[in-house]
Amino acid sequence: MAPYESDESTPAGEAGNAHGMRRKAARYVVPVAVVGVAAATIGLAPAFAGSGDPDLPKISAQQLIEKIAKSDTQQMSGTVKISTDLGLPDLGGLQNSLASGALAQGAEDKGGSTADPKSKALELASGSHTVRIAADGQDKQKISIIEKAAEYSVIRNGDDVWAYDSASNEAYHATGAGDHGRREATPKDVPATPKDFAEEALKAADKTTSVTVDGTAQVAGRDAYKLLIRPKQSGTTVGAISIAVDAKTGTPLKFTLTPSSGGAAVVDAGFTEVSFAKPAASTFRFTPPKGTKVTQGDDLAKEQRKAQPKGDEKKALEGKLAGAKTKTIGEGWNSIVVLDGGNGGKGMAPSGRSSDSRSSDNGAASGFLNSLGDRVTGTFGKGTVFSTRLVNALVTDDGTVYAGAVTKDALVKAANAEK
Amino acid sequence: MSQVEMSGAELPAPALRKPNPLWTLGLVRSELGTTFRRWRTRALLAVLAAVPILIGIAVKSETGGGTGGGGHGGDAGPAFIAQVTNNGLFLVFTALAATLPFFLPMAIGVIAGDAIAGEANSGTLRYLLVAPAGRTRLLFAKYTTTMVFCLVATLVVALSALAVGALLFPLGDLTTISGTRISFADGLVRALLIALVVAASLVGVAALGLFVSTLTNSGIAAMATTVGLVITVQILDQIPQLHALQPYLFSHYWLSFADLMREPVYWNDLLRNLGLQALYAAAFGSAAWARFTTKDITA
Repeated sequence: MAPYESDESTPAGEAGNAHGMRRKAARYVVPVAVVGVAAATIGLAPAFAGSGDPDLPKISAQQLIEKIAKSDTQQMSGTVKISTDLGLPDLGGLQNSLASGALAQGAEDKGGSTADPKSKALELASGSHTVRIAADGQDKQKISIIEKAAEYSVIRNGDDVWAYDSASNEAYHATGAGDHGRREATPKDVPATPKDFAEEALKAADKTTSVTVDGTAQVAGRDAYKLLIRPKQSGTTVGAISIAVDAKTGTPLKFTLTPSSGGAAVVDAGFTEVSFAKPAASTFRFTPPKGTKVTQGDDLAKEQRKAQPKGDEKKALEGKLAGAKTKTIGEGWNSIVVLDGGNGGKGMAPSGRSSDSRSSDNGAASGFLNSLGDRVTGTFGKGTVFSTRLVNALVTDDGTVYAGAVTKDALVKAANAEK
Repeated sequence: MSQVEMSGAELPAPALRKPNPLWTLGLVRSELGTTFRRWRTRALLAVLAAVPILIGIAVKSETGGGTGGGGHGGDAGPAFIAQVTNNGLFLVFTALAATLPFFLPMAIGVIAGDAIAGEANSGTLRYLLVAPAGRTRLLFAKYTTTMVFCLVATLVVALSALAVGALLFPLGDLTTISGTRISFADGLVRALLIALVVAASLVGVAALGLFVSTLTNSGIAAMATTVGLVITVQILDQIPQLHALQPYLFSHYWLSFADLMREPVYWNDLLRNLGLQALYAAAFGSAAWARFTTKDITA
């Protein structure tokens, strides 16, 4: 380790050199070891974290559903991780422009605000998101989508609903939430007691669904039971729905929907952090900072009244729908919605009516749509199946749409049976 | 000179007194003095101090006409820029967010890359090693100096931004990105915490630069390589196909300092960032040590 390796000519130096080389190599073991230990820790940590499901007393599915229904968690806060993988083709920018195009219409008359809750809803439909929630009783809730160096929050405090987008420093305000919330909080036909509810739910599920308690799990550091809901029928794309329920409070902590085709979950939403303590009152207090652009939304109660179509609008809408009749075939998990094009499929069939008419102007567009789907044939005729990991849709060349959480084969079979 | 055993700690020269810890401190102090007395270092700090001034003036002149004119959407400009007009304290966060991807690591790259290779380049390294400090100790002093520079550079940006923010914009209670309100004093504490986190985010780059610096005898080559690596890694961090690799890139969690502005603070990525920086410091620091203590010093 001399600064000069100058004794190479002497025999003693040669021996020393070999020794030195070994010492030199030995020093590089340190960084390699550091990286190795880090890699091992990263690789093994999940394996250790996954082990050790909590030991909880055994309960039946009915008892667990009762527990959920009885749960009266009013105060909680936590972080939720939501991953959605519908297997939609990744359209990237196109998807964004489509979404903004669809929303532009609605946004125009309001002056357009990125803080408008409607413009954020689509974002959650795909990919992975971290969301923070906090609730204190019936009329104080907050939900925030965590973004890179920014956050989008919707805060409800009594009558007021605020949405704040910190990235653009824009806010959206609406009032009248008090009414709205109360109405929603008391739906009409609620079973009187949790026990009734549990029995009701199990009875309804009985024919088509198996509901079992599938052991226990640790979710966000809490002991939880896993409620497993499985379709009894075949032909559906839904593999299983698993809900982790907090053993103490009965609050659902994690929801996982796996497709029957296997692979990653289609929807996986669960708490990574949860607390049942009362959140700080300041959490729900929002006053727009100075200089923030505030878009005043309509009174929610009024808006809802407005949303009910008025007489003439209603008639027009009915007229439109008359051409496209919808009905549902199948039952339980295998329900398929049938949307009958009626008018010979004009505008309804993106695949074009038949191959020989495809040379028309919209050839390019229909070609693009066809590339997203698979062509199928059956006794019903010809059609295109558009598939995601959960929902499949068959658009026949005569304009009828069959859609449902069922496999491609089941769709074709249903279409054949209909003919 | 050529036969003097230089390897320091594990082979102390018999004729010399046992090196005491204070000696290391003295070495660090002298290194700090040399580094911060250089015009190059001062110029770097001046450039860093100018960035918040530029941002401040740009935001002020852009929004001078009306209120809230800057809100074109979140994609434009560095984080927090939309809030600067309402509260000058946000200029600290904006300036740090703007300098963290390039200016700060570039400055660190220059200092770290120059640390060993620069001495070798100017022929002063062997004289440094004549002193009974030992190579390990010298490397430690160099790394400490670089980390002190990380902190000083970050604080220069933060303080300059605070001064400009106070001059050009109103100060007062501020709204966190979660929409809750915190007092100005609380905001200042968070700004300081953020500055510390940003300084800590640069520890990985500093270790990387020091390692590169031990590989070559050319100061310029070491600086260029370090800055080049910083840029390359950030480009890799943008390529979606490499998402499996990205959590291990040192720049991946850099923007997580913004999580300190959430209420409650979202620690997840912050802790991951600090852990990752510690890992880089340990891996490249020990690699630099292995290289520097075994290499031939010819200049």
